[in-house]
Amino acid sequence: MNYSEKVMDHFTNPRNVGEIPDADGIGEVGNAKCGDIMKMYLKIDGDTISDVKFKTFGCGAAIATSSMATEMIKGKTIDDALKLTNKAVMEALDGLPPVKVHCSVLAEEAVKAALTDYYTKQGVDAKLIVGEVPSCEECHEHD
Amino acid sequence: MEKRYIYADHAATTAVSDEVLKEMLPYFQEHFGNASSIYSKGRENERAILDARARIAKCLNADPKEIYFTAGGSESDNWAIKGSVDKLAAKGKKHIITTVFEHHAVLHTCEFLEKHGFEVTYLPVSPEGLINPEDVEKAIREDTALVTIMYANNEIGTIQPIPEIGEICRKHKVLFHTDAVQAIGNVPIDVKAQNIDMLSISGHKFHAPKGIGILYVKKGILLSNLIHGGGQESGKRAGTENVAGIIGIAKALELATENIPAKIAKLTPLRDKLIDGILKIDQTRLNGDREKRLCGNVNISIVGIEGESLLLMLDHYGIQASSGSACTSGSLDPSHVLLSLGLVHEVAHGSLRLSFGEEFTEQDADYILEVLPQIVNRLRSMSPMWETLTKQNKKLV
Repeated sequence: MNYSEKVMDHFTNPRNVGEIPDADGIGEVGNAKCGDIMKMYLKIDGDTISDVKFKTFGCGAAIATSSMATEMIKGKTIDDALKLTNKAVMEALDGLPPVKVHCSVLAEEAVKAALTDYYTKQGVDAKLIVGEVPSCEECHEHD
Repeated sequence: MEKRYIYADHAATTAVSDEVLKEMLPYFQEHFGNASSIYSKGRENERAILDARARIAKCLNADPKEIYFTAGGSESDNWAIKGSVDKLAAKGKKHIITTVFEHHAVLHTCEFLEKHGFEVTYLPVSPEGLINPEDVEKAIREDTALVTIMYANNEIGTIQPIPEIGEICRKHKVLFHTDAVQAIGNVPIDVKAQNIDMLSISGHKFHAPKGIGILYVKKGILLSNLIHGGGQESGKRAGTENVAGIIGIAKALELATENIPAKIAKLTPLRDKLIDGILKIDQTRLNGDREKRLCGNVNISIVGIEGESLLLMLDHYGIQASSGSACTSGSLDPSHVLLSLGLVHEVAHGSLRLSFGEEFTEQDADYILEVLPQIVNRLRSMSPMWETLTKQNKKLV
C-alpha cells in the first residue's frame, strides 16, 4: 500500500479530531462490519461552517480522508461544503491507491450526512438540498 | 523512550542469513555452470545439487530422490494437489478433503479443481483454530483422493495434529499432503514417523532466499509433470536449476532444524510475555490456541480499532507487523482464518499478528508492550465504534 506523503501526514497528525458537544449537525456513515465508520460534527453559524470535528474507525486512508475533508469545509459556506466531492478530497491528498477510493467517497458522504442532519433538525426537507446520501451497502460498488 | 526497530513479520518473510548467503555466493559467479553440462563446471554443480538434496532429505528423514525443488511454497502446494489428484481422477477418485483456513495457495487450488469435476470437503476448525482428526476420518469416502491440511496456520500459528491425521490417511490408503511453510524450523518434522506423503516448504520463511521451495513426495506416489522440457527434477519440473537457491535452502534448512527445542525454549517465554501483556488491554482476545501454537506467533484482536491504521502507527514507532483486516488484504472481508474461528467482522478487522525469530529479545517485547497500549488508546480515542461500545457498556470479546 503506497500512500502519498500527504496521506501519511493527515494520518499521523489528523486535523480536527474530536467531538462538538453542541453540534448543529452530526453525520455517521459506514459500518463496523465493513471496517470503516466516519462520524462528522458540524457547528453552523448562518450559512457558514464555523467548526467541524470528526471521529473515524478505519484504515489509514479513512482517517486521512476524514481529516482532509474537515480541513476543506472548515470556515466555508454550506454551499461550498455541498460541492465537496470525493475526487477533490483525493486530489488534495495527492491521490489514493485504487482500493482506497471508497474511503474518499465515505468522507464526502459523511459531510453530506452531517448537513442532512442539520437541515432535518431545522425542519427542512434535506433531500431537496443535500440529495440522497448513499448507504454503506452501496459503498461496495466503489471497489 | 528510545525508538527501536523491530521486524515482527517473520511469517511473511525473513532476511537471508549471513551463513546462507556465504554458501550461495560462489554459485553466482565462480560456479555458474549449468548442471546439465558435461564439462567440469557443469558436473561440479550437478554434484552440488545432489549434495543439497541429500542434506535436505536428512533434515526431513526422507530419501534424496523424494526431494523436488520448486520456486516456493505456493508452487509446491499447487503441484502436490493438482499433480497427485490428476492421476487418481482417472481411477474415479475425485474427492478432496481440506480445511476452511488453509493458505490461499491450497484453497484456490481446490476451488480450481471444483470447477474441473472434483468435489471438495472443507473441514471446519475449532474456535481455538485446531482441526479434529476425527473429522478427517469421518469425511474420508471411497472416492477420496487426497487430504491436504496445513501443519501450522500462517496467521494464528496453531499447530495441527499432523501425525494423527497422517496415520488416519495411511489407514484408509488416502494420500496426505501438508503445507509446512510456517511449521518448518519450529516443529520437528519427520515425514516417515508422521505419515506424511507430500510436504511443501518455502525457503524465504527461514532465511533462504525468495524464489526457492521444496516439495517432498514419498516414493511410489505418481505425480504429474509440472513443467515439460528438459530432464531436471527427474523430468517432472524442467528448467535449469536455481543452483544458488538450492544451495541456500539446503543450508538454511540445516540451520533451522538443527536445534528446534532450543528455539522453542527461547521464544516461548517471550511469546507468552507478549500475549499476557497485550491481553491486559481492555477488550482484546488471543486468536488461536495458546499452547498448540508456534513459538514465534502472537495474534490478537483489539476491539474498536482497525488493523491497517494500527500497523501504520506501529511502523511509525519502528515496529513492523501484520494484520488480518480487510484493508490490509485488499478485499472487503477480513481474514478467512479469523472468520473461521467464529470472530465477527468487527473483531476480525482489529487483528494484529506479531511473528518473530531468534533475534527477538526481551527488550523488543518490552518496547512493544510499552508502545502498543499508547497506540491503541490513541486510535480508540478517535474511533466512533469504540465510543458507541463504551456508551452502551458493550463488550465484543
